[in-house]
Amino acid sequence: MDNRTSNGILAGNPLFRLGLGVCPALAVTTCASAALGMGVATACVLVCSSLVAFVLGKVVSEKGTVATWIMVTACFATVAQFILKGWFPELASELGIFVPLIAVSSLLLSRADFASNNSLGAAMGDAVGMGIGYIIAMTLVGIVREILGQGTLFGSDLLPFTPMTLVALPAGGFIVLGLLMGCWNAITAKKNGKEETQA
Amino acid sequence: MKLHLSPAPHVHSPQTTRALMLNVLVALIPCAIAGVYLFGFSAILLMLVSVLSAVAGEAIIQKILGQKSRINDMSAAVTGLILALNLSPRTPWWVAMAGSLFAVIVVKGLFGGLGDNFLNPALAARAFLLVCWPRYLTTWAAPLAADAVAGATPLANPAGYTLGQLFLGNIPGSIGEVCKPAILLGLVYLLFTKTITWQIPVYMTAFTGVFCALMGGGFVESMLSGGVLFAAVFMATDYVTCPMSTKGQIVYAAGIGLIIALIRKFGLYPEGVTFAILLMNVATPIIDRFTKRRVYGYEDNKKKEAKANG
Repeated sequence: MDNRTSNGILAGNPLFRLGLGVCPALAVTTCASAALGMGVATACVLVCSSLVAFVLGKVVSEKGTVATWIMVTACFATVAQFILKGWFPELASELGIFVPLIAVSSLLLSRADFASNNSLGAAMGDAVGMGIGYIIAMTLVGIVREILGQGTLFGSDLLPFTPMTLVALPAGGFIVLGLLMGCWNAITAKKNGKEETQA
Repeated sequence: MKLHLSPAPHVHSPQTTRALMLNVLVALIPCAIAGVYLFGFSAILLMLVSVLSAVAGEAIIQKILGQKSRINDMSAAVTGLILALNLSPRTPWWVAMAGSLFAVIVVKGLFGGLGDNFLNPALAARAFLLVCWPRYLTTWAAPLAADAVAGATPLANPAGYTLGQLFLGNIPGSIGEVCKPAILLGLVYLLFTKTITWQIPVYMTAFTGVFCALMGGGFVESMLSGGVLFAAVFMATDYVTCPMSTKGQIVYAAGIGLIIALIRKFGLYPEGVTFAILLMNVATPIIDRFTKRRVYGYEDNKKKEAKANG
């Protein structure tokens, strides 16, 4: 696997290592399916906008970059919103405002910036890796919160004990995200002890 | 002659964390005995489960984080026992276990262990349980009953109990909070051994009474119902999470009293002691900052400013 891609998934995981895209990771991860949907939508927008940002990076002047990246991500976020509303209306209503908000996600902007400053191969490898890493991280948070908070997994009953309501609330989202972040750091630190995180 | 040079402080205190925690454990014994007398075997079971899982949880988290094991300082045992005394006698044992583990692992261990927790672990665990499983924490039992008879607490049914009942603890409630003479006995022991000072317990109880009375409750009744007295003696006085100066402690106690009164009067829950103390725990660093004492030999900052301006 390309070095940039594996970095995006493990050592430089956007959610668990870089702390990017945290807002939806707290807001729409109360059940695993919504978290997975949000992850996929973000990843698709990420790959598309990174490609366009790579092309535009050659022509846009230094001063206009942030505004340009927001225009680009907003375009693709709107497309994603229409697709979700058209084909997955239930998921779209569950994700609500957080799909259009992909446009101003720190994850998208930082990756667009990276793409514009690097070769096409590195830019796409990074976007795909970060996208997959974000999907995995979101789904993990969603799975843990759905099992503990509602006693179900992807909608089917699972838990023998009374679910913990707190985990389904925002405060529980912070606690679960923090604990998963800690575990992820411990695991990746052990695995690639010498390899540095590439932001 | 050999001179030993070392920086101040030069006077050592014989007090260790372990000795202080043992004092607290001893002070809790009357409450525990009263709880067992009033509510029977289930109280013993809850206390055992809670203490054992708190100590085990502390050992596990210190092992995982690679810290030196400090379970001998007894602070985890105190946390476990205080949590159990804060639960209804009809709480299932696994709920107590989950609470103890949350207290020592999430609230205490992950924030750096004893001394670095910004919330009182036992109270944070109680709030956690209250939000997670409200049904188990708000099912009360009548005291001295052969069968488990459900009862309404004085906060839900203020007219149902006399002052004498409220004082002696012949009322439904948490295991440790109902019997006021036992709590006062513990308070006297803690004051006698200089484990705590009198300010926080006295001010907190008094402010709660005053604010509740202002909002239409009974002055004495509001101090004797719910967990006010128990919390004032054993939980608001937690060294780590209360302000250091006396002035700061008065602000802290008044804040707790006001929030308790507000929650009791307007809140969703009948009792607000848990959330009141947790909120003031969070405010403690700010209180400490604004009530800093003048350092000996230095001028007061405010006076200096006045001089510079005038």
